Amino acid sequence: MMTNLYESQRAMRNMRKAAMQRGVVAILDIGTSKVACLVLRFDGPEHFGEQDGIGSMAGQSSFRVIGAATTRSRGVSFGEIDAMQETERAIRTAVQAAQKMANVRVDHVIACFSGAQPRSYGLAGEIELQDSVVTEQDIARVLSACDMPDYGQGREVLHAQPVNFAIDHRSGLNDPRGQIGNRLAVDMHMMTVDSTAIQNLLYCIKRCDLELAGLASSAYVSGVSSLVEDEQELGAACIDLGGGATGLSIFMKKHMIYSDGVRLGGEHVTSDISKGLQVPLTVAERIKTFYGGVVATGMDDREMIEIGGETGDWEHDRRTVSRAELIGIMRPRVEEILEEVRARLDAAGFDRLPSQQIVLTGGGSQIPGLDGLASRILGQQVRLGRPLRVQGLPQAATGAAFASSVGLCLFAAHPQDEWWDFEIPAERYPARSLRRAVKWFRDNW
Amino acid sequence: MRQMKASHRENTSPRDPAPSRLSYRYQRLLLTPLFRTFLRVGLPMGAAFTLGMAVLGNADNRDAIALRITEIRNSIEERPEFMVKLMAIDGASPEVNGDIREIVPIDFPLSSFDLDLEEMRLTIAELDAVASAEVRIRAGGVLQIDVIERIPSVVWRGPQGVELLDNTGHRVGALIARAERPDLPLLTGEGAELAVPEALDLFAAAEPLASRVRGLVRMGERRWDVALDRNQRILLPEENPVEAIERVIALDHVQDLMARDLVVIDMRNQNRPTVRLAETAVTELRRIRGQVLGDTTQ
Repeated sequence: MMTNLYESQRAMRNMRKAAMQRGVVAILDIGTSKVACLVLRFDGPEHFGEQDGIGSMAGQSSFRVIGAATTRSRGVSFGEIDAMQETERAIRTAVQAAQKMANVRVDHVIACFSGAQPRSYGLAGEIELQDSVVTEQDIARVLSACDMPDYGQGREVLHAQPVNFAIDHRSGLNDPRGQIGNRLAVDMHMMTVDSTAIQNLLYCIKRCDLELAGLASSAYVSGVSSLVEDEQELGAACIDLGGGATGLSIFMKKHMIYSDGVRLGGEHVTSDISKGLQVPLTVAERIKTFYGGVVATGMDDREMIEIGGETGDWEHDRRTVSRAELIGIMRPRVEEILEEVRARLDAAGFDRLPSQQIVLTGGGSQIPGLDGLASRILGQQVRLGRPLRVQGLPQAATGAAFASSVGLCLFAAHPQDEWWDFEIPAERYPARSLRRAVKWFRDNW
Repeated sequence: MRQMKASHRENTSPRDPAPSRLSYRYQRLLLTPLFRTFLRVGLPMGAAFTLGMAVLGNADNRDAIALRITEIRNSIEERPEFMVKLMAIDGASPEVNGDIREIVPIDFPLSSFDLDLEEMRLTIAELDAVASAEVRIRAGGVLQIDVIERIPSVVWRGPQGVELLDNTGHRVGALIARAERPDLPLLTGEGAELAVPEALDLFAAAEPLASRVRGLVRMGERRWDVALDRNQRILLPEENPVEAIERVIALDHVQDLMARDLVVIDMRNQNRPTVRLAETAVTELRRIRGQVLGDTTQ
């Protein structure tokens, strides 16, 4: 099971390398309300050679967005694919438009999705060092020494990142290689998702003649793009208010340490409006985006909104509602989402973190007055986050709704080291491996 | 009615923006760099090649094309603007003029495309009497030949008879007799034609003796003899012959050398000019000397 995961993830990493070599890779954000596709070209000064740390301009100077397209998502609910043909068409539309804009063919795609019931696990492992200096093999061993929780059948590991290394009593090490000690310990954050969701996604992408070069959770990548550097360092939670699912990710010391998802989002608000005002979903969506809000003022009682309709009944088609009524419909649902997020944050122990910064991002964060409402529910340190600016991104794709797309660009350029990026421990090698023979020699002489 | 309405609504429903699988694949194919290069370069070239092969593969087509090309070519060449109607020769004496017309036989009118002017120029320049020639087609369809003739400066009596040479030693023409050109000096002897400039210098230097000089004789292909009337000769050295002749003229001025009964004035040794007397002169000289010495034997 583990080797299987290793292999598939390593295959994806190799695919990503091949894509970088070719210089063109596509980013696909499969959301509930929209499918966004960005085409990146890697030809900046940092194209070749992995340098220490993160390069200039947060590593963004190495790539440029040359194609961008968004299309209405279909067949996706709660951030998971549930009608594959429809989703495939949506992906095709987005990819084709982005390709057309970029005027290149893309073969490799890095995808993210928000749903599939992400679950977070904290793993710890500890080994005695063989010869006091930490080597790559020791890191591989300590990673494999982590006690694997029983995450259940039908689930797949999406992220597994070593967050912290400790040697003897010194903790908080980023890179223990070459250091001297007796015991090496690691803390790892592992995130699992429903494997059927991944399989569906794989199938859809394969049907579009594309190769998957990476997979990420959108909660993670929107955290990468919307949290500023000190927030990632000191600890912050990023809440991605998406269309069908709300993702939350907690960052600390530049690593994601917790991630979760709430299966509620902006589309629920839309359906509430649709039901409450007796209008079609498209009209409800339009009313929400134009007039929506969560804090009613006296002015809002007087601002009347034409709802419209096309039944032919004059009375019915000339209905109006006040903005206050609309806010009265939206607010409980938004509150519910935020309450749910609060509950997840509490369950994760976010209130015990030194920094309580919360960043709201995603399309849902554009509701006017949301920051006020959120600070009442989530705590005082709430801000609205917009994704980083990346080179060549069209103005239309710089909003909060594209946080995970932009994050995925950064993820594509500089992926965090995951479990499968480290060496495989010698014990796990096949029995007739040369390395195993070398190890046997070294152990016995 | 309900059925109709439903179907009507279906027709007016917003079009599916998604590309079909086929068009998606087609577009991706068109974006493939190799395929695009093939479309842009390979396909037109291949089509042109195939078409060309199909047309040229047929012998009739090839002939028709060749025929058509010659037809077009002829129709252009035979336009009146390109026709040459007559030949004009400037700078040539009547004989040379006749020679040129003889060696460049052209049937006028002729298209200027058929004239090889360079070849013609070389042919004319090969004539002995022609120093250089210039051939061009003048406006109005005239073949203009400008000739600069060689000017004969010496008469050379060679193995093939009497010939005229110009000042570089190039043959100009033949003479029937020396007497035809008494104004020109005469050269003879083996290799005389190769040293014409030197001979002209000598003639210039021997100007005071001009009335007596009959010609120059090349001796052993290296030096000159000046032949004078009364069978007198001046033997000139290989080097500085002009100086030697000037010394002879100086001697002539002072001592009236040439009027005496000499056969040969030998200037070959610069330091010791020698004279050979005629036989009668020698006996005369001896007789005079005998008288002076009081020799009474005779």
